[in-house]
Amino acid sequence: MARLTKLKTRARGDATEILALVNHPMETGQRKNKKTKQKIPAHYIQKLTFEVDGKVVADANLGPAVSKNPLTAIKVKGVKKGAKVKVSWTDNKGESGSATTTA
Amino acid sequence: MKRRTFLKGTLAGGVLTVAAGSGLLRPTEVFAASWPKAAFDAKTEADAVASLFGTSASSASSAIRIKAPIQAENGAVVPIKVQAEMDGVQSIAVVVAKNPRPLATSVDLSSGATGYYSTRIKMGKTSKVTAYVKAGGKLHTASKTVKVTVGGCGG
Repeated sequence: MARLTKLKTRARGDATEILALVNHPMETGQRKNKKTKQKIPAHYIQKLTFEVDGKVVADANLGPAVSKNPLTAIKVKGVKKGAKVKVSWTDNKGESGSATTTA
Repeated sequence: MKRRTFLKGTLAGGVLTVAAGSGLLRPTEVFAASWPKAAFDAKTEADAVASLFGTSASSASSAIRIKAPIQAENGAVVPIKVQAEMDGVQSIAVVVAKNPRPLATSVDLSSGATGYYSTRIKMGKTSKVTAYVKAGGKLHTASKTVKVTVGGCGG
């Protein structure tokens, strides 16, 4: 199932803020299915990596305590207009996704 | 035993070559650090920090600002912004002392990324939230207490 990954950049002072939103349940593994009373298995993003022009600028570790549909942002200096920005993620079930944009 | 190790090595090397050749292993995937499972599994703040940074020795720093609500409307979505002003910020970790697993998230920064990390976390109950910032090889901290009325851990 393809999960929507949205990526946006905006100028913030002399840096560029890069925001990534991934549609992901971020299940802790503690919630119970109300009908079956069974625990819903843990399903959460583990790695979220930001790249600018092919170079990794931030390597984030996420866990089950990160909110559903995680919105993560970092700031990078020296990002030129037109630079290729990419975010990629993988989760504990081996699912992955990515998105690219231009600064 | 030596023969087995040798064979294992050859097999592993072979698999790696095939994977790299077939394009499954992209340079960024190889260089990004692996997910710190032990730190995320740790049940105490001290254990989580020691596992992640190799030490739990830290000092409070006024150069770190944490923007977080005084009271969280919804414990399942608590916005946290960490702004670390010192030079050479290498990593930032967000730790919730009273969560069953205190480490919520961390980020390793490089190549021009500044000491800024914004995220949204789940909090089970009112707790101190601490930002651990590794800069210049030292660990700095700043904390803020966030009140939670409706816990966000699914309980």
